Amino acid sequence: MNALEFATEVRLHLVAGVDSLAIIETGYCSDLLSDAIANAPVNSVFITVQAHKNTVAVATLVGVPLIILCNNRIAPLDMIDAAIDKKIGIAQTEKSQFEISILVHTILTQTR
Amino acid sequence: MPNESGKNISTAALFTQEALFRLRVSDVMTRNVVTASPSDTLRVVQNFMKKNRLSGIPITLDNRILGIISVDDIIRALDFNYIEDRVEAHMSRNMVALEETMPLSFAVAYFEKFGFGRFPVISPEGLLSGILTGGDILRALLQEVSAEAERLSSSQPHSIVSPRALYRSFEVYKYDFSNAGKASQEIKAILTEAQLAPGLIRRIAVGSYELEMNLALHSDGGNLSFSMSPSAIDIIARDNGPGIPDVSLACTEGFSTANDWIKSMGFGAGMGLPNVKRVSDEFDIASIVKLGTIITARFFIPPENKGSL
Repeated sequence: MNALEFATEVRLHLVAGVDSLAIIETGYCSDLLSDAIANAPVNSVFITVQAHKNTVAVATLVGVPLIILCNNRIAPLDMIDAAIDKKIGIAQTEKSQFEISILVHTILTQTR
Repeated sequence: MPNESGKNISTAALFTQEALFRLRVSDVMTRNVVTASPSDTLRVVQNFMKKNRLSGIPITLDNRILGIISVDDIIRALDFNYIEDRVEAHMSRNMVALEETMPLSFAVAYFEKFGFGRFPVISPEGLLSGILTGGDILRALLQEVSAEAERLSSSQPHSIVSPRALYRSFEVYKYDFSNAGKASQEIKAILTEAQLAPGLIRRIAVGSYELEMNLALHSDGGNLSFSMSPSAIDIIARDNGPGIPDVSLACTEGFSTANDWIKSMGFGAGMGLPNVKRVSDEFDIASIVKLGTIITARFFIPPENKGSL
């Protein structure tokens, strides 16, 4: 589904906007960036607690249009700047990776 | 190239940023630290502060740091009339210390994050080896900038590359977390422009990112190069140390020598080299302890240009 539509549907608090042309097909949940870069599918939403600039680098390289930072992690300014530059969305949530994963799964399967 | 966002940043600002990553805390810190012992009275510490014009003094025993006393603690002691008490009853024990080997960029982030005026610095053995203040950082940066200005006035700037070159070379600095990944992003942009298959681009991007992160995380700094011929792409990571004692162990999934703060950033899971090996068509590693490591990852471009992951 369209990334913007997805963000609205999950009621995400975006701190960096999503690319309105991007598509979200699935999700990937990991706090290990090496694992994410090896395994995160293209067009997935990346669910993590890693709130720093390197997460944006990984997202750019694997083709992830949206990062969700869980457990109230706050994206630092340099991360937001990098994300805007690379047209990658960042959302912050108080939910855990587990909770947000369920939500993401529900929304993606409902609309299929 | 779309990757031109930094072009309006002045050369001096870029240089300062580079210096922050290149310099270690130990390069910059003040080494002769005035300390007090836990059995001293707050009055003694107050006199130390006055005499040496300090706003905070670490409390140590046998060179191990136990706490810190700041001007605020002294003022409180004067207000509430316990200035003759022993230090150990009133020192702040919740401290954040920097490690000698941390890049200065980390130290700057700590100053922002914690709002303290100074951080004690500990050696790899856990002993107090210095103290770092904002003033130390400023002084070091000023020195670096003026030395660079002198160097620039006597030589030509290096690394001028044409956007369509088939060879690129990137310097990677130790612990430069916030710039690590830039080389791979640029490589990916070149490949996208060359219209290679998305699967192949991703494999190359993964390989180059892991090699780039390895240089930043594990080497003393090095160089990542990218070259493209009509049939293959080579990504080569070279560094000048410290070398890998057991190469086959280093290529085993799950083996890692990363320290805790590397791990806290989501790296150092022991997946780097195995990932590079998995995504590349040819993988070669040569390492000599103390001298350095060269890793080559080669990716073939299929005639029909259809990469798959």
